[in-house]
Amino acid sequence: MARIVLDGLSKVYPGGVQAVSDVSLDIADGEMIVLVGPSGCGKSTLLRMVAGLETITGGTLTIGDRVVNGLEPAQRDIAMVFQNYALYPHMTVYNNLAYGLRNQGVDKAEIERRVQEAASMLQIGEYLDRKPRNLSGGQRQRVAMGRALVREPAAFLFDEPLSNLDAKLRVQMRVEIRQLQKRLKTTSLYVTHDQLEALTMADRLVVLNGGRIEQVGTPMELYSKPATVFVAGFIGSPAMNLIDMAYLRDSGIAPQALPSGTDLIGVRPDELLLTAPAEPHLALNGTVALLEPAGAESHIYVTLGGSDQPITVRIAGLPQVTEGAPITLYAALDGLHPFNSASGRRTG
Amino acid sequence: MVENDRWGIFLAHLILIVGVAIVVFPVYVALIASTHAPGTFLQGVMPLLPGSHAIENYSTVIFEGRSNAGAPPIGLMLWNSFVMAMMIAVGKIAISLLSAFAIVYFRFRFRIFFFWIIFITLMLPVEVRIVPTYQVVANLGMLNSYWGLSIPLIASATATFLFRQFFMTVPEEMLEAARVDGAGPLKFFKDILLPLSVTNIAAMFVIMFIYGWNQYLWPLLVTNDEAYYTVVMGIQRMVTGADSEPLWHLVMATVVLAALPPILVILFMQRLFVKGLTETEK
Repeated sequence: MARIVLDGLSKVYPGGVQAVSDVSLDIADGEMIVLVGPSGCGKSTLLRMVAGLETITGGTLTIGDRVVNGLEPAQRDIAMVFQNYALYPHMTVYNNLAYGLRNQGVDKAEIERRVQEAASMLQIGEYLDRKPRNLSGGQRQRVAMGRALVREPAAFLFDEPLSNLDAKLRVQMRVEIRQLQKRLKTTSLYVTHDQLEALTMADRLVVLNGGRIEQVGTPMELYSKPATVFVAGFIGSPAMNLIDMAYLRDSGIAPQALPSGTDLIGVRPDELLLTAPAEPHLALNGTVALLEPAGAESHIYVTLGGSDQPITVRIAGLPQVTEGAPITLYAALDGLHPFNSASGRRTG
Repeated sequence: MVENDRWGIFLAHLILIVGVAIVVFPVYVALIASTHAPGTFLQGVMPLLPGSHAIENYSTVIFEGRSNAGAPPIGLMLWNSFVMAMMIAVGKIAISLLSAFAIVYFRFRFRIFFFWIIFITLMLPVEVRIVPTYQVVANLGMLNSYWGLSIPLIASATATFLFRQFFMTVPEEMLEAARVDGAGPLKFFKDILLPLSVTNIAAMFVIMFIYGWNQYLWPLLVTNDEAYYTVVMGIQRMVTGADSEPLWHLVMATVVLAALPPILVILFMQRLFVKGLTETEK
């Protein structure tokens, strides 16, 4: 259990590539932080810097009340779950779990107790004598989790642990990891590129882009008030629609009273309606390009009149629209996200 | 796959049988020759059926030797060969494992340079560097010793290269997981890398043991004391020994005995050996 403080962390590779620039983050004890971003945004590098697998070239990293910049991974009191699990193939599940503890010099009875406890918590008790190659993907994942659990570390570090599982198992393990983390109240840092995983698991979410933090906040904060165009486009599925102000002005429907500097308007697909709401709203005319039923909800792809801008609408059920027919979309004005395209930032 | 027609199968088997016959025939001749009486070969006709002197010939070779024909009892020579082959095989594997470990897992200066230097020595077999190597061994006073027999043959580019290739297939995350689990480099090597390399080590051992066992030119150069003769060079001495006719029946008995240890090594390690050369699953 520990607080983790990242103060201006940077990583510059010997070749001069800046992978992480000036990242500062204060992670409270027991908090689940999810680092999310597209590939190459530096999220894995950042996690590996915290783990001690990458050297830190700038800033300080504090775990608990120790500055750990120069410490080996084993001395940082962290446990890591790897993307490919990295189980030792020649050891039984039991020995996989016990290996780290033996290296720490924990006595035999205590190792036995911790392994059994972790195994029962993860329901892998019956596999303790097997080798990893005789386990399914989900079971391996659990063993990898178990190896982290038995250490009883100050923090868990997860590096895209679910990306090798199939969709159904991924949802199940997502729930289990989150429940486990809440029960153990262990500070956790979780890396993923899946924004749904990020939204559902995080106490707080950190969106990274190009080695910098775009925004930090609770999932709902990021969803309802994205600070940058990047976050707006990255969080939420389908992605937020971005409409150029010039188009709205040309069409004579530009809303008044927007913060100054706004030249880009964001509207979430589920904030677009097919019938006019009572409050002040924006009305957009276009034609239906494609109707995509997806069970409980449907996605309508609309091309706005007088532009080739595609707009996505998410609507519950199956709406009565025909492809190729004209359509009018309504968006309440207070549901709009105003951005400045030059700075990429939210204007109000 | 080839079509499943009669003639194809017949032809394939014919070729295989002829091939096997060509390989096995000399071995058969040696075996037969070792069972005949001394005079048989001077008649110029090679018998193809077993003779009646098998026990006599083998007991001569094993227990008495023929010192006047340059042949001490074979036991000591077999032992010398065994010691030399073991030292070479174990030494090669130990050194190759460590140098491959260094080359793959440590980022030191001139790493690639050293790798290439090791790799280039592949082009310098013992025969090419034999004169300077002899000089070095002689100056170190290692003539007529097990060290002199084995040390110059221990460095191995082949094994280093093989282990390097294998280590490169071990996922990087394995090392990282071990680091998080508190294993330093040597502990990682001992606890993770070595157990994973077992089949490769077995394959290398078989190859290197036979390589060491079959050494001929080098033992011939660095030993002139009977106590350090190896069996392969011993055979040569028996053939060229003294000014009498070679004692072919005894030479062949020695040959058969000399061929046994490598065969035993292969038989016992065959399963691991094949696995080591073919297995990719980890």
